[in-house]
Amino acid sequence: MNILILGAGQVGTTAAQHLSREEGNEVTIVDSNAAVLRELQDRLDVRTVVGHASFPDVLERAGAREADMIIALTNSDEVNMIACQIAHTLFQTPKKIARIRAAEYIAVEGLWDKSAVPVDFRISPEELVTSHIEQLIHYPGAFQVLEFADGAVRLVGARAHRGGLLVGQQIKTLQEHIPGIETRIAAIYRNGQSLIPDGNTLIQENDEVFFIAARKDIRIVMSEMRKLEDPVRRVVIAGGGNIGFRLAAALEQTNQVKLIEHNKSRARAISERLGNTIVLHGDAADEELLLEENIDSSDIFVALTNSEEVNILSAMVAKQLGCKKVMALINRPSYTDLVESGAIDVAISPRQITIGSLLEHVRRGDVVKVHSLRGGRAEAIEAIVRGDEQTSKIVGRAVEHIQLPPGTSINVIVRGGRVMQAHHDTVIETDDHIILFIADRRQTDEVARLIQVNVQLK
Amino acid sequence: MRLAVVQKILGLLLMLFSTSMLPPIIVSFIYHDDSIIAFLSGFAVTFIAGALIWLPVRNDNRELRLRDGFIVVAAFWVVLGSFGAAPLLFADDPSMTFTDAVFEAISGLTTTGATVLANIDALPPAILYYRAQLQWLGGMGIIVLAVAVLPMLGVGGMQLYRAETPGPVKDTKLTPRIKETAKALWYVYLGLTIACAISYTVAGMLPFDALCHAFSTVAIGGFSTHDASIGFFNSSLIDMVAVVFMFLSAINFSLHFVAWRSNSIQHYIRDPEFRAYVTILVVLILVVLSVLIMREEYDSLSETVVRGIFQAVSIATTTGFTTTEFWNWPGALPVLLVFASFIGGCAGSTGGGMKVMRCLLVYKQGVREVHRLVHPSAEVPVKMGRMPVPQRVVDSVWGFFSVYIVLFVLMMLVLLATGLDQVTAFSAIAASLNNLGPGLGEVSSGFADLNNVAKWVCIGAMLLGRLEIFTLLVLVSRSFWRH
Repeated sequence: MNILILGAGQVGTTAAQHLSREEGNEVTIVDSNAAVLRELQDRLDVRTVVGHASFPDVLERAGAREADMIIALTNSDEVNMIACQIAHTLFQTPKKIARIRAAEYIAVEGLWDKSAVPVDFRISPEELVTSHIEQLIHYPGAFQVLEFADGAVRLVGARAHRGGLLVGQQIKTLQEHIPGIETRIAAIYRNGQSLIPDGNTLIQENDEVFFIAARKDIRIVMSEMRKLEDPVRRVVIAGGGNIGFRLAAALEQTNQVKLIEHNKSRARAISERLGNTIVLHGDAADEELLLEENIDSSDIFVALTNSEEVNILSAMVAKQLGCKKVMALINRPSYTDLVESGAIDVAISPRQITIGSLLEHVRRGDVVKVHSLRGGRAEAIEAIVRGDEQTSKIVGRAVEHIQLPPGTSINVIVRGGRVMQAHHDTVIETDDHIILFIADRRQTDEVARLIQVNVQLK
Repeated sequence: MRLAVVQKILGLLLMLFSTSMLPPIIVSFIYHDDSIIAFLSGFAVTFIAGALIWLPVRNDNRELRLRDGFIVVAAFWVVLGSFGAAPLLFADDPSMTFTDAVFEAISGLTTTGATVLANIDALPPAILYYRAQLQWLGGMGIIVLAVAVLPMLGVGGMQLYRAETPGPVKDTKLTPRIKETAKALWYVYLGLTIACAISYTVAGMLPFDALCHAFSTVAIGGFSTHDASIGFFNSSLIDMVAVVFMFLSAINFSLHFVAWRSNSIQHYIRDPEFRAYVTILVVLILVVLSVLIMREEYDSLSETVVRGIFQAVSIATTTGFTTTEFWNWPGALPVLLVFASFIGGCAGSTGGGMKVMRCLLVYKQGVREVHRLVHPSAEVPVKMGRMPVPQRVVDSVWGFFSVYIVLFVLMMLVLLATGLDQVTAFSAIAASLNNLGPGLGEVSSGFADLNNVAKWVCIGAMLLGRLEIFTLLVLVSRSFWRH
């Protein structure tokens, strides 16, 4: 697929990186900063074009005429919208995705019409990240909660701890502990290495376990991995930027929320827009301030400032001062690996969260949902299988007879809204939603080919 | 530095290159010329060497880094020159010394076209074909070819591509994927070659001659199948066909690609480098013609025009075909032509020299200095067309310029020290470094009479010229090898 990415910021760069790694994609990236592009060109096999992303001649030079898809990710909503508009009018680009931050635009009915602003899909990283954090707060103990099948099924990542019933036991004993509950352990990471789990695998302490279950069963399954934590009450948020503000607004009805912002006028501005949240002006890593605000009796501390270093340090300080659980917004995968096993409970990666929702639109076949995991090294995808026994390599076959690449597993099947575990003899039918876990990203191409309906075979 | 990756790619490239010794076997078979054994053993030696290099590290799947790219390219061109010489060394006719065989192979691959062989007309056809084919492979760059056909090179391919492609600005890709860019360039190259071969045949060459000359014309090489070069055919039509294709092949290939894509030739006219290139050629031709006419070098006006245009284009584009003894032309003409070869072809073409783009940038900076003297507070960026040229590029052009001149002088001094006269030393280095081919004085019709030391210096100069100096020079720098 010929893909045009506008804006080489964090999301743009990550998108280019992910997309260009998949063979068959031709990626061109446009930015006004030549130095950033030069650096990018050294690392990735992409074409770069210097210029203002919404100018028609720049788009033309970047190959908008041949592009199958345009992804506008500059930091201005307006530039993104205009770029899509121009691509639509002048170059008839088939698919247009734009990052739109302002809720004021997103909410308007009729605006996102072909005749008005022709953007097919809007992504708002802030919104995605905010809802991601909300999920994590909702399921204490999980470091990752990802939705499938419109929220009916979730993939949860949790670290195994003493006190969990399954810890120290083989996976097959799960059925005895919680009979009647459909769940599936999709993957286990031990010391950063992926294990392919089967019934005899022994769960050890500190394993990262990914399991899939229906929404209502998650807490029960979670109790298998670790002692259940109390629901979160008191939340402290550091950083009153876009994400911090949205999160506070989402949580303030149900929780006690405190928000620390270091910029006086920004603090003032958000305090005016929030209702029950206590907005504090100060430094997120200031011990005095944290103690004064009873950090030791807080349930959770979320560091969401613009600087990853500040996030890491302030989260560590909060943890030291006695906060039960700390989360930090961290982009660099290397930082994530460093801190997640130690001082910080959960590292939130906005890039990874955003890239998943982008990949959904790029993948061929009927892929509905893509979640990028473990710094982009693994992926969980939801796909609809179509066709019949002749045209599809999946339909009409039992799970054990489907030739999946190594490290890949079909975990759950959603048939007519009902969640079913995929057993080795489960036969897949057309229009089933299947949820696959791919431990090695390099296999995604092959999986995509597998899912695709092959017309020529007829 | 990860030598295993370098080793792996080097091995693969060598195996790929070994297959280039198979077509001469077919030629040899057709013409029954007894050189089958030479090419078969050349193929075997190269292939086995490549396999031996590749086998121990075949499972290394790491990606190439920028530094590794330099080693691969530099090492490959050196290694390639040696293995390319194998069939020449194995052949009974011509019987060549090791130095001569390597000289001939490197001269071919670097598209120089200087030869140490005499009595070329009598050589076996397979050898003649092989020489032309070496030029053709070297023209677009065999590594660029490898990037197009080997799927494994990926991002690393960009590093290789950059280290091998001539010109000051190498980040512009024609297509998002480096592999596709390399393919596109080879398609253009192939297209030009086919068109050239057909034109030669129509103009009256035998198919075999047409193919060989098409190879060395489009590669801006200069090897011929005859001692008298293109002059052998004694046909104005063939001369003009050669002129057209030499002219086309010294133009930036991305311009050809865009022309092919968009079916228009407008962007040629808009390209500042192309305009400068045409201007230089036109002025050079006018000067040559007026001097030739004034001195009444040839009997008829038409002969003067054909000879003058052919020789001006052939030398200025650094091809090096001859139809006449231009080195005996009157006045400053021979030296003028050799100087024209310093400018050479356009960036991103198969031509040698310093490239029109660089000379244009240097010229524009000169103009800028004058402008600054008149308007001391003016802000004067160097521009190409309407685009400002980044200071980084301007700096690199100066760096290139000065190193080119210094190396030229040094190598010329070495040649003088080996006992050559000034004109010979000057023109031999100019002809090698600019990948031109024929020189003046003793090297006007061949490099056979040079001593061995001089030949090796020329081999070095040819490689430096083809890889644009820095790719080789980084390898001898300390900072490259330091961690």
